[in-house]
Amino acid sequence: MTAAISIKQLKKTYNNGFTALKGIDLEVEKGDFFALLGPNGAGKSTTIGVISSLVKKTEGSVSIFGHDIDKEGPLAKKKLGVVPQEFNFSQFEKVFDIVLNQAGYYGIPKAEARSIAEHHLKQLGLWDKKDTQARFLSGGMKRRLMIARALVHKPELLILDEPTAGVDIELRRSMWSFLREINDQGTTIILTTHYLEEAESLCRNVAIIDQGTIVENTSIKALLKQLNRETFIFDAKETVSSDICLDGYDITRIDSHSFEIDLEKGQSMNQVFNKLNDKGIEVISMRNKANRLEELFVNLVEANKKSKQGVQA
Amino acid sequence: MSFSEQWVALVTILSKEIRRFMRIWVQTLLPPVITMSLYFVIFGALIGSRIGQMDGFDYMSFVVPGLIMMSVITNSYSNVVSSFYSAKFQNSVEELLVSPMPNYVILLGFVLGGVARGLLIGLIVSLVSLFFIDLSMHNMTVTVAIVFFTSMLFSIAGFINAVYANSFDDISIVPTFVLTPLTYLGGVFYSISLLSEFWQSVSMLNPVLYMVNAFRYGFLGITDIDIRFAFGGIFVFVIIMFMYALHLLDKGTRLRS
Repeated sequence: MTAAISIKQLKKTYNNGFTALKGIDLEVEKGDFFALLGPNGAGKSTTIGVISSLVKKTEGSVSIFGHDIDKEGPLAKKKLGVVPQEFNFSQFEKVFDIVLNQAGYYGIPKAEARSIAEHHLKQLGLWDKKDTQARFLSGGMKRRLMIARALVHKPELLILDEPTAGVDIELRRSMWSFLREINDQGTTIILTTHYLEEAESLCRNVAIIDQGTIVENTSIKALLKQLNRETFIFDAKETVSSDICLDGYDITRIDSHSFEIDLEKGQSMNQVFNKLNDKGIEVISMRNKANRLEELFVNLVEANKKSKQGVQA
Repeated sequence: MSFSEQWVALVTILSKEIRRFMRIWVQTLLPPVITMSLYFVIFGALIGSRIGQMDGFDYMSFVVPGLIMMSVITNSYSNVVSSFYSAKFQNSVEELLVSPMPNYVILLGFVLGGVARGLLIGLIVSLVSLFFIDLSMHNMTVTVAIVFFTSMLFSIAGFINAVYANSFDDISIVPTFVLTPLTYLGGVFYSISLLSEFWQSVSMLNPVLYMVNAFRYGFLGITDIDIRFAFGGIFVFVIIMFMYALHLLDKGTRLRS
């Protein structure tokens, strides 16, 4: 099966000498919902820039549905829709015109473009703003406008660079369900995000990029399996003493009524509760401390940093 | 992209450009009309009546074609330079760059947008001039052809300026320090036969002189230069500058990092 995107040995060194990508290999299957994660400056946006031909690569190759972006640029571009991180439309144009113009740039006749644009603007809750200049939209509306614009030529691969940055929770959830819907309809989606909960909730596969290299590329499930420790927060009914301890467990008091315990993977929770019971501590609620993926992400990035420092030393 | 898809893309850019300058008509259409009306009143009616004849025509008739051409040149240039630089500044140029459109369609779309504004301004200024003189037409084909290709040439020049520009200051340098002096010294207000031989030779190096004279020939049938040379020069410059602008787009100069 042809991959939605195939990146081979992609390198990018900017004119100022900074090497943003140091030879990336990445393959995303057709129909996948893929997360590209990494800290700020890791190379995510440069990768997306090269794919969308806004950044000139130094070395390597990129193919979109089998079309090399150098040899078959127009065919590759037709398959691709991009929602960038920064707003990149004319602030003085009307919402409907922005989407229609984009359709025109892809050669879609106006009558057809109008019906597609209307469909996506309605789906994204922007139809009543169609005659409003873009500069008068809220931040969330501008993000949705960029999604509508990216979808107007019916791309088979949609890349979203931090689409929910600065968007409120309700809107984020509605964008998630919209993205799930178009993925279910067959559109391959690549998402970069800083909200790791977003990646965990939406994506099936993930690549973590750091300092211009891919440090992990696997399924979300496989990644989460790598976690061998988890931290749980317990809320007690009564006040917890400041010198609380539990034999065989790493326990830390948080405040007068709560504490956290680190557990190895496979360790029984029953034993924990038995021991707490013995101490006369009644638990009224319990939750996982951190986003699990976030924990892994931090571990991988830290490990990468340490290994690089080791090489330099 | 097929030919029909490219046609749709070209029409999209052109109509977007026309919509843009029509939307801000107070900035784009009104000022040249006011400026040219003042020129007509001051240089034509007030001062012109005391100057007498120029190359066998009263001064107002002599100066009007030059003033129309001057407004076409400045508006064609400023439309493309400001529109394309704004697209760069707002990053909306990325909408074009990520699309499958060939670069020549992008370039042609912006250039025709500049031509559309230039010709519209030329038409409006011509209509305003009818309040002051009876505008005669010696050769319609020459008039239309020269104004179209001159507008095209300066639209391409505006595009090249916009590609290189890094700030709004950069898009006003060429119009202020190059375009205005060339236009004012390009025989708009006088016949170069009034100049000494040396300054006549210097004036012959000014490309605007050829455009103004060929345009004036279309209206009045008089010229300081050979209009075949003017047409030849404009065609060559249009082709060279179009190819250069296309080369900049293909390379992604100051557009792709």
